[in-house]
Order: sequence, then C-alpha cells, then structure tokens
Amino acid sequence: MMTSFVQAVYVLAAILFVLSLAGLSRPDAARRGSIFGMVGMGLAVVATMLLSLEQSQREWFVTLLLIALALGIGATVGTWRARRVEMTQMPEMIAMLHSFVGLAAVLVGFNSYLTESHADAVHLVEVYLGVLIGAVTFTGSVVAYLKLSARIKSAPLTLPGRNLLNLGALIASAGLLAWFLASPSLLPLILMTLMALLLGWHLVASIGGGDMPVVVSMLNSYSGWAAAAAGFVLNNNLLIVTGALVGSSGAILSYIMCKAMNRSFISVILGGFGSEGGTVVAADGEHGEHHETHAAEVAEQLSQARRVVITPGYGMAVAKAQYPVADLVARLRGAGVDVRFGVHPVAGRLPGHMNVLLAEAKVPYDIVLEMDEINDDFASTDVVLVIGANDTVNPAALDDPHSPIAGMPVLEVWDAKQVVVFKRSMATGYAGVQNPLFFRDNTAMLFGDAKAQVENIVHALAAVTDQDGPSVRTH
Amino acid sequence: MRIGVPKESRSGERLVAASPKTVAQLTALGYEVVVETTAGLAASFPDSAYVDAGATIGDFHDVWTSDVITKVNAPTEDEIETLPQGALLVSMLSPASRPELLDALAERGASAMALDAVPRISRAQALDVLSTMSNVAGYRAVIEAAEEYGGMFTGQVTAAGKTNPAHVFVIGGGVAGLAAIGAAGSLGAQVRAYDVRSEVGEQIESMGAQFVQAKSAQQEVSADGYASELTAEQEELTAHMYAQESAKADAIITTALIRGHAPTTITADMVARMRPGSVIVDLAAPAGGNCELTVPGEKIVTDNGVIIIGYTDLSSRMPQHTSQLFGTNIVNLMKLLTPGKDGQVALDMEDVVQRGMTVVNAGDILWPPPPVQVSAAPVVDEPTQVDPVEQARVTAEAKRRKGQKQLVGYGLAAVLLMLAITFSPPAFLGHFTVFILAVFVGYYVISNVSHSLHTPLMAQTNAISGIILVGAMLQIGSDQWWVTILAVVAATLASINIFGGFLVAFRMIGMFRKDA
Repeated sequence: MMTSFVQAVYVLAAILFVLSLAGLSRPDAARRGSIFGMVGMGLAVVATMLLSLEQSQREWFVTLLLIALALGIGATVGTWRARRVEMTQMPEMIAMLHSFVGLAAVLVGFNSYLTESHADAVHLVEVYLGVLIGAVTFTGSVVAYLKLSARIKSAPLTLPGRNLLNLGALIASAGLLAWFLASPSLLPLILMTLMALLLGWHLVASIGGGDMPVVVSMLNSYSGWAAAAAGFVLNNNLLIVTGALVGSSGAILSYIMCKAMNRSFISVILGGFGSEGGTVVAADGEHGEHHETHAAEVAEQLSQARRVVITPGYGMAVAKAQYPVADLVARLRGAGVDVRFGVHPVAGRLPGHMNVLLAEAKVPYDIVLEMDEINDDFASTDVVLVIGANDTVNPAALDDPHSPIAGMPVLEVWDAKQVVVFKRSMATGYAGVQNPLFFRDNTAMLFGDAKAQVENIVHALAAVTDQDGPSVRTH
Repeated sequence: MRIGVPKESRSGERLVAASPKTVAQLTALGYEVVVETTAGLAASFPDSAYVDAGATIGDFHDVWTSDVITKVNAPTEDEIETLPQGALLVSMLSPASRPELLDALAERGASAMALDAVPRISRAQALDVLSTMSNVAGYRAVIEAAEEYGGMFTGQVTAAGKTNPAHVFVIGGGVAGLAAIGAAGSLGAQVRAYDVRSEVGEQIESMGAQFVQAKSAQQEVSADGYASELTAEQEELTAHMYAQESAKADAIITTALIRGHAPTTITADMVARMRPGSVIVDLAAPAGGNCELTVPGEKIVTDNGVIIIGYTDLSSRMPQHTSQLFGTNIVNLMKLLTPGKDGQVALDMEDVVQRGMTVVNAGDILWPPPPVQVSAAPVVDEPTQVDPVEQARVTAEAKRRKGQKQLVGYGLAAVLLMLAITFSPPAFLGHFTVFILAVFVGYYVISNVSHSLHTPLMAQTNAISGIILVGAMLQIGSDQWWVTILAVVAATLASINIFGGFLVAFRMIGMFRKDA
C-alpha cells in the first residue's frame, strides 16, 4: 500500500521534472518550469521519507532525526551559498554543485554494495558503473570549479600520451570489473574508485579554460548518468527517469554548444582542446597598427549613431561591467538609439553566461539576440561595442584556414561602420590567437578596465546631452 | 617641419584643406602649421580659430614657402613657381588628365602627392578624399533637389488633406549614390535606385531604398569573372527602365561615372516625358553629365518645366563639413607619412599607398604607379577551378554516404541493444525500458531550448540531479552504522545541491524580463 502510494508520487514527480525542463526552454514559461521542479522534488523527498521510515531497520525516529539532520544542514548551506553567490561566479557554483552529486553517487554505490552482499552479477555491474561515473563526475567537477574560480591555472594540462592514459584507465577499469565480478570484494571497487577519481581529474585538467562551458555542461550530464546508475542499483525508477533526463539533456546541450564552436564533440570530451591555441601566437607577427580611442570620442560616436550593437564577452563578466553597460543602454535607448546585444553561443565561461549577467542588470531579454539573429545586421550598424570579447569576434576564424579557431562561426562585427573594442591590453584572448580585427581601419581600441571605461562613456554622454540642451525630438 | 595651408585660389571655392580641429591634430604630430589669412573664412573658420588651435597666420609667401603644402585644388602656375625646391605638395592633381602640371612640378624639383590617386585598398580608405567629396556631394544633391522641388519630400496626412511623398530615383550605387539615398530617405521620400552591378543591390537596400532591376538586363558574368559589356538588347532594356522610372520620379539624382567618363542615362526624350516641376541633379556634370541636356555648372529649366541642375561644386557648397572631412583625410595621410610623430616627413616608396599617391618625387615623375593588388591576402596557388555543380554533387554524395553509414551504425546499435535486453534479467529489463524512454524524453525536451536560458536550465537540471538524495535517504535506515553514516553524508551533499541549485535557478529566472 505504502510502496504503491510512493510509486504514484514518484510518477507525479517524474512528470513534473519533464514539465520543468520543458518550461525552461522558453523565457516566458521558465518561472513556471522552475516551480514545477521544486514541487516535484518536494513531493519526491516527502514520499521517500515515508518509505524510508517504513523500511527503516532501526527505530524510526532515529532515522527521521538523521534525515532531518541531513536535510537541515543541506538546506542551510545550500540556501546560504545560493543567496551569496554573485552572478559572475555562477559557473564555479554550478561546477561545485555537480561535484556533490558525484560524491553522493559514489557513497550511495558503496552503501549499496555493503548492504547487499549476496547480489547477482547485474547488480554488481550496476554498482560498479554507478561508482565509476560518480567518481569521474566528482573530481572532474572539482577541477572545473578550481579552474573557473582561478584557483588553479586554466591552461590545459598536457601530459604526454594523454589519450593513451585515458584509454589505459578505461581498460584497467574493465579488468577490475572482471576481478570484481569473479570475487566480489571491496578491494577492486576501491582501486577502481581511486583510478576513476584520477581519470576525472585528468579529463578536465587537460581541457583548456576556453572550453569550460562545454565541460560544465558535460559534467552536468555525467551527474545525471550517475544518478541514473544509482537508480539501477537501488531499483528506483524515479532515480532512473530523472537521471536519464538530466543526462541526456546535458549531453544534447553540450552537443549544441560544440556545434556552435565548430568543435568535434568527441575531442572536447576527450580533452585537449585549447591546447593547440597556445603554440600559434608567435607565428603571425605582422598585423600593422591599431588605433586607440578614448571614452569621450566613443560617447560622441554613440550619440550620433542610430544603430548600436554590443557584443559582450567574458571580459565584461570579469570587470562586472554589466551594470554600467545596462545604464548606457538605457540612456541610449532613451535617446532613440536602436541598441541591441549580440551574444555568441560560447561567450563567457558557461552557456548563456552573458544572458544571465545582462538579465541581472535588468537588460530586457528581447534586445539580447543570438549570433545567427544578428550577424546579418552588422552591415547596417553604425557602432559596435565589443566589451571583453576576443575570440568570438575574430575574423581569422573565417579568413585564415591555418588559425586554430578556423571554421568557428563568429560575430561579424567588422562589417559595421565603426567597431570599438574594450580591452585591457593588446594581449591575446583565451585561445591565444592574435585577432586581426584590432588592426582594421574601422576598429578603435579603448584600453582599460571595461567597467570604468563604460562609466566614463556614460558620463561623457550625459555631458553631451546636457550641452545640447533639452533635446526634444519632434517629427 | 612646417605645413602651409593656402587660401584656395579657384574662384568661388569655399573649401580649405584644414579646419581648426585638424590643425590641432597636425601640431600633435609635431608639425608647425601656417594658415594663409582668411583661408577658412568661407568655411566659417575665422583666423582666430586657427590661432587658438595652435597655427600661425601668414601671407601667400609664408604659406607657399613651407616644407609641406596641403591644399584642395591643383595649384596654378604662379603658385607652382613659388614652391621651394624639395617641398612636398599635397592636393588633388588629376594626374591622368593633366600631365603638364606634373612637368611643371618636376621642373621645380618638388615632390607631389595626388589626393585623388589614393589606391583603392581598404587600408587607404581613411585618406580617400574622393569618397569624402562624393559623400558630401550625394547629400547636397538631395538638398538641391529638395529646394527646387515645389513640394515636401515627406508624405503628410493633415486636416487639410493628404500629400504624397516625393519619388526619388537614384542612378548609381557608389558613395555619392548611397549618400543621396540616405539623405532622400531621411527627408521622407520614397527612394528607388539602380546600379548596373547587381551585387550593389544589397547595399542599396541596406540604405533603405528599393533596388530597381532592369528586366533581364542583369549583366552576365563571363568566364573570366569580369562583367561583359551590355549587349544591344540589354542596353535597350536598361534604357526602357530609365524611361519608365524617370517618368514616375519627382527627382532624379544621377551619379553614373565609369573611369571618369559620364555615360548618358537620361536622354532628352526621357526628360520631355517627365512631369513639370520635377528635378534632375546631375552629379556627373563635371565630366559632361549623365543627362543629355545638362549644362555643367548651371541650372536650367527645360521647355516642359523640368529643372536640371548641373552644379559642379556640390561638395564645396557645404564648406564647413567638407573641409573638416577633407582635413581629416590629410591628417590621416600625414600620420602615415610621419611614423615617428616627430614632425618629419619620411616618404616610404615601398608602401603601396604612398607610392601610389606620389606622382612627383624630388623632380622625378612617377606617374602612373605600378598596379596595386587590391586584396591584401597573399597570393595563394591558383585556385583550381571547381565546377559548382560538380562540387554540389560531390557534397551531396558525401552527405548521402555519411547518412548511410549513420543508418548502418544506428541499426547495429539497435540490434546490440535488443540482444543485450533479451539476455538480461527481467527486473533489469523494466528499469532499462524506463531508462531508454527517459533518455529520449530528455533529448526532445531540451533540443529547442532558447540560448539565453542555458545557464538557468543547467542550474535547474543540476538541482534535479540532486534526486540522488532519494537513494541516500533510503539507505539511512540501514542497521549498519557504516552505511548510515555514509548515507547521511551523501544525503547532506545531495540536499545542498538541491537547495542551492533550485534557488540559484529561480534567482536567475526571476531576472529575465521583457520590456513592457
């Protein structure tokens, strides 16, 4: 009776999760989708609590107390982190959360082995795979977290024969699996866990920081598979359904992103992308001169422009320039200038990173467009502001077949009448590739901190409009 | 070194080769600037403004004995005779049509750079005065047309009835034509435009005009990639189109120039069919005119009341801005000539831009320059000629093969999966079915996610993957303390993930808003 009731609740929760993900595909349904997810999770947790109390092999109130303790700590820490985190740190936060799922999956797998020692081969394989995926997710996420929060260098680690290392680890795991099946004991399981931890570390360590959006999304997918594996282990359909949902949605998201970067999905997963970039910097020395500009001049150009496009990149996030940018946009729009944003699919360190930052600064989402929506409009644009983006606006991706980023679709900002690039210095971007855009005749460089410079432009604009007196537009 | 800016000697010329703003930029390059008294008066730049910008005011002699002389029009004989040996003259010189001028300059032992001989490469665009002049002329042509036209360019609906917008027809989609389209469009006119080069249609449309195409008169591209000459039939069709368009138009701006020669676009016959009061502005007037009835330099009214404007000084009718833009072109040239920013001209004959513009170098005539490669790209091996049809067929073939391979792959995977499922225990089977179905649901739910929601979606799926909590909770009740402790730790971690993930996702989604 109780089990059937719980199953019924699980079905309901699974449906709510599907609706939740479906809702999150569209901005107007996103809020509802998010709430569906919470309700689904709430139902699942309450039902599970009932079930675990009923099945408890110990006094039920001890179990209840322990569950309450775990949930209490989790709620406190989770809420505290979620409230404190800044939108610019979102990538790290999500990577860290993934590691928790990975670790939990490892623990659940071990527990399952410890509680059911008389299990059949299928069960053992399930435990084994669950722990393997969980462990890879755990250390992979930890490395991603450390890289994204700049606690370790984001450059790819390139061990000699790294693909062989990965392959070796997989073969060794297969060997350990055989051992584990032949004589079930903790030793092969623990050995495999250690190796999987190393494998996860190595996989992500050898991926360059520029590919982190894909990596985070991949880890998201892994954490889903880990949950699904745990579901097989525990014979729990809700875990299987939910894990598979998350796993496949994470995988398809990573795939979408790889396509946007024109990268092979396989090679990103296997690591090593971003490694080829570093070597090419010196190869192309001759680029000519760049032109430098200053805030007042940009303000003047903006005040006379009719169509302006802003292409933000990771630099905007680093400088936390989204607020002054939003201010600038509001001011320009108030003066009747058509301002839009062009966001490259891999701008930032997380898919949709820029959209979140702009949303945080209250930029209306209907003026934030994707690359394909805006690329044809650059030719009729007066001024493009490139704020902290580099590789995503690099014409070499289209012109130079030898460039490490050749073939990657980019924002074709150079078609506009005037391009202003906000940048700290003439250093290269994440891919380590020189950007010929900076040397074009219609490109001007505005050096310095992006936030400070945007603020300067806003001030200069205010001065321009005040000088012109009350500018009332009549038709 | 000293730069001299003389007063233009051509009668009626209002332009000057430097504005106070560009004088300041020249001084910043390390030059001393001397401006002839009242040089900028017609362009509303009084002498005092130049002095404020850092120039000195001098007389004819002071200016013409400078090291560098920048001016708008080609110099007169008197002026050339004043040039000191070794001086550099920068102005428009029409080197192709006035060889005697080059001879005179060479005789003085001077150097000369022709502003109207800038190579047409993108790097040199910043010094191209022809673009500058055409741009202003195109704008001014519309202003002239609007002044002569007896109505408003914009359409209006008023209490006293309705007026239709003016129909403006622009011939030629070069700099001048595009500027004219822009200006006429912003006055509210309905603009139609034509250019023989069909690829210009996109630029015309980007300026807001309608691109007119002569019926099947598009030039055929010949085998060598060049446009072939219009055949007699095509020419007839084009003329027919001109006749139709001109009969409808209230104003025609014609800008057709082919290598300095003005082809006839509007015949006397077409003018005769135009409405009284309509206006033709002929930008090709300096080269003889596109309209058969144009009188260069004059405005005439035909018997049927059509006004034909053949002014040759359109850009100098807006002296303030033209001088400013012209002056900036010169500043850009001087930047190129002064790599050290030390006020010393260093001519680099290896540079194609400088070489192309230098028509006389210290007494040697260097006109015409060697041909310039327009594309900056290094010469690659001659691209192998690929037949597009053949190429398309090959791609299609490759695609089909890839599709076949994929199909085989999928089939194989399905068979393996079937085998695996068939031989697996029944308990596993049920779970596996659920698993496979869930994978596909996940795939289709996510496939068309809006790009902007990637991050909230990820936070949400991350929170949902905290469902592992369910597993951990079920293990807490175990009678082995070991297991219980591990389960509590797992449950704690999973619940951090759940609470953190959901709250973060919710916070982010709350920020997305649409402008009401």
